Formats: sequence, structure tokens, C-alpha cells
Amino acid sequence: MERVGIIGVGQTKYEREKRETFGEMVYEVVKKALDDAGITIEDIDNVVTVSNDFWDGRTISCMAVADASGAYGKDTSTVEGDGAFGALYGLMRVLSGAYNNTLVVAHCKGSESYSSAITNAAFDPIYERILGIDAITSSALQAKRYMTKYLLNEEQFAKVSVKNHKNAKNNPFAQLPLDITVDDVLNSRMLSDPIKLLDASPISDGAAAIILSAERQAKEVSQNPVWIKGVGYCSDAYRIGDRDLAEPNSLRRAAKDAYKMASIENPLKEIDVAEVYDAFSYQELLWMEGLNFCRSGEGGKLIDEGVTEMGGELPVNPSGGVISAHPVLVAGLTRIIEAVLQIRGDAEKRQVPNAEIALAHGINGMCGQSHCVWLLGK
Amino acid sequence: MTIYIKNEIDLKRGYKTMDWKEDVKEMVYQGRIKVPYTWSVGEVGSRFFIELRDKKKIWGDKCPRCGTVFVPPRKVCSKCYSNIGEWVEVGTKGTLLTFTVVRYKNNLQSRDAPFAYGIIKLDGADTGLLHLLGEVDLEQINIGMRVEAVFGEDRKGEILDIKYFRPLKEA
Ligand SMILES: [Zn+2]
Repeated sequence: MERVGIIGVGQTKYEREKRETFGEMVYEVVKKALDDAGITIEDIDNVVTVSNDFWDGRTISCMAVADASGAYGKDTSTVEGDGAFGALYGLMRVLSGAYNNTLVVAHCKGSESYSSAITNAAFDPIYERILGIDAITSSALQAKRYMTKYLLNEEQFAKVSVKNHKNAKNNPFAQLPLDITVDDVLNSRMLSDPIKLLDASPISDGAAAIILSAERQAKEVSQNPVWIKGVGYCSDAYRIGDRDLAEPNSLRRAAKDAYKMASIENPLKEIDVAEVYDAFSYQELLWMEGLNFCRSGEGGKLIDEGVTEMGGELPVNPSGGVISAHPVLVAGLTRIIEAVLQIRGDAEKRQVPNAEIALAHGINGMCGQSHCVWLLGK
Repeated sequence: MTIYIKNEIDLKRGYKTMDWKEDVKEMVYQGRIKVPYTWSVGEVGSRFFIELRDKKKIWGDKCPRCGTVFVPPRKVCSKCYSNIGEWVEVGTKGTLLTFTVVRYKNNLQSRDAPFAYGIIKLDGADTGLLHLLGEVDLEQINIGMRVEAVFGEDRKGEILDIKYFRPLKEA
């Protein structure tokens, strides 16, 4: 397989109630990614946009950002799902040999609608939706199942929130840099047991873009491409009642495939930094298990032992993670961008020294129905 | 409408609001999308809801190849992709796989917070059914608890024909 590199990245600052329109956010990040790569929009021959009609409040939401993404006169198509999957589609387009420099751009403004109604609409309209279930309450069902099955406690979840909000202080793009304690998290308002306000990610607006390029091109345009070493993706059952929510089986499979492609045998030793989709604090621990950084039920040990802190054996979410900024759809692409910055040594105050291999992770569907795992390196 | 109260965020999440911003508003446009849908419940859904409505019975179906019993029933096995044709009645009692007590209110919820959701594995089924828990002390719910369906009086052929599941007082 031909090597594919990420030659440019761009992201907005993530905020609630951003003044910029969808199009303005998209233009901002596309321009940043082009400048980062040192190319112009004329060098891009195809565009993948990532959006969701419910979040945007308009049908065929992708078409409304065609101008902002520079897609006029080019081939453009859309992924409705997390940006990590948008990037996957972009990668496949490059690998097809039919496309050269490929732009992937995602946007979302969570603050402009009513998150609970939109995530409720992700559930089966005939059997589940009328119950009022949404992202927070369904994730609470998962957290409860996970902590009961493997005897984790709410303090361990709280430690993830403390760590990631602290990390966010080093990331100028993060929405919620916070100095908080485990007690602050435990005493924050209970939303849905065991998830409390500070265990949950915020409502966020923002956009992110990357440019992918095959080796044949990448070396011409960029001094510093970050290479895609491995990718894996897998989906589980749609209904949360069909799954054991304490077992992230589709993530295990996605990670296994990505590790195989990147020839990684011992992920904890060989991977230097990870950016994972912690929409809720418990998820970071559960995804650590699915990513095979520890055995089943041992996610809590990683946080207890400081393994995932900055300075630990495997810093996880140096950016502050999704819990510190959660633009839906964008967040997985943000994880990839953060991994790119780590490999390039451009992560400034959040840089993990000498990062050679970085992992980025995105999810789609309720309670991590599907996962996409990326391994990036020099 | 949001789940967060703005002041709470200001305090706990370090939002800084400049004074002059208190007195001005961003110019916004209020959308009014409201699109009605009429979803077919399909062949297996019809039978499931008719049994629920007319007989207060819960039926699932069983994959002929891998033996998985699905509730709600479906036409194709999601595990082995076989067509499912065999109907099986499952119990109206079951075991709680997980639960949560919801502490925030919104206008989508079918009852006022606090209330509880559970995923229930009905006796004879292999999958869990998402539903409400009722007639229960919200601080005394635990995983593994035995529960039973409580049916509504005026049943319409929908999932809320089961009002909720309540703790089973086993003899
Ligand atoms: Zn089967």
C-alpha cells in the first residue's frame, strides 16, 4: 500500500455560542490547513465534508459549505458521522489512486440547537425514542454497567476529568481549561447516575480540517508530512440492549486491525501518546481497555497509577480531550490533528517529548457503537 | 433549552462573561423546523405490538442458526445474518442489566425527573430491552435485580403499553 501523509491541519478555538457561521468556521480551518501545508486551494482536487443535517438544522447540510470549503469545480462528497470516519473516507479516496491532495473538513455548532433532542433522535423511533433517552442517559447506563461489572468507582472517573481539564490549560483551542479536584467533580450536579456535570463534555462549536496526500505528492508539497501507519474501524450492534455495554468489542477489533497494520505488538510500550474520544470521563477508561492498553476491567488502574498523566508512560489526551471541548462530528478529526501536532513536535505546551507514534480515536453512534483508530508517525 | 444552567457553568466551568455582554444580545435567527414522520413498524413490529396491546404478552423471535432470542423481535439476525421466522414468547419478568437515575429534566422525557431507565433482560431472551423503571425506591435499585412488566390500562400498540418495569416481589 502506498504511504499516505497528513500534510496540513487546522482547527478553530472550541467555544460555546461562537459568533462565526458554519461557513465562516469552515473557511477558517481550511485556510489554516492550506497555509500549514504551504499549498493553495488550487492544489486540492477533492473535498470531503463532514456534517449532520440534524445538528445543522438543514437537509443536505454538506452542500451549504461547498463554497467555504473551496469545493467549487471540484469533486466533493460527505460523511455524516465523526470526523475520524471522514478522514478514513479521505484516506480511501487517496488510496484509490483517483485523487491527489484531499481535504477533509468537519463542522458543528452544538450550541445552536438542543443537544438532547438531537441525540434522542439517534435512537430507534419505534421502540426507544419515546422514552426520552439521550446521549447522557444512555452513557450513564453504560457507565453504570461498566463500573458494576468491573468494580470501578466514581473517583476513578473523576480523576480522568481532573487530568483532562488540567491538560486543557496547555491547549489554546480547548474550551474548558480548569483547575478542579476530584471532590469538585464528585460534588458537581448529578445529571444521571453516575454521570455528574464535570464528568460530561460541554456543548461546543467548532470546525477542523486536514489535508491528506499520497507519498508521490506529499513529498513535493510538504517538508514535514506525518505518515499514516495504521487504521482500523469496526461497528457493533445498533441497539444498546443488544450489547454488553461494559465490553467495547468493536473498539477491540478496530484497534487490533490498526495495530496489525502498523506492526505494533505492545501498544502501551510502543505508542507514545493517545488522543481518545472521552465524551464522558468513564469513556477514557473503557476505551483504554478496548485499545488494549490494559486488560478488561483494568482501565481504573491506569488512572490510579498515573500512567495516562502528562509525564506518565502513555499520556492520554494532552489536549484536554473531548471532555474539554466536544464539537460533535469534529471531535474525532481534532484527535487526529492533535496526534499530528504531537508527531511534528508542534504541540507547544502540551507536547509529549519525542513522540514517535501517536494514536487518535473517534467514535460514532451511541455508547461507542463504532470506532475508528488511527496510528500516526514520522 | 439546554441541560446546563448558565450561571452554574459560569461558576464551575470558569466561563468569563464581560460586563457589557450582559446587556447586549447576539443577532440570531430563530428556526422553526417541525417535521412530522409516520414510521411503519413493519411486519415483526406489528405482531409484537398487537400481542402487547391485546394480550399483555411480550414476544421475541429466535434465530434458527445461532439460537439468539431477540426482543424486540427483528427479521434478520444481527449476529449471523440469517432470516428469523420462529416466534417465541418471552417472560414479562426479567433481570436488570444496568440502570440510571435521571436527575435532569427536559421536555423529551416521558416522566418528570428524578426517574430511572433500565435495560432488562427478559426471561428467555438474549438481548436487553430499554425501558423505564417504576414503583421503585430510586436509591435502592441494583444491577441483577428481578423486575416485572407493568402494563397500562389503555394500550395503543406501542412500547409504552408497558408502563414500566417494577421490582419483582418473589414469593
Ligand atoms: Zn443468528
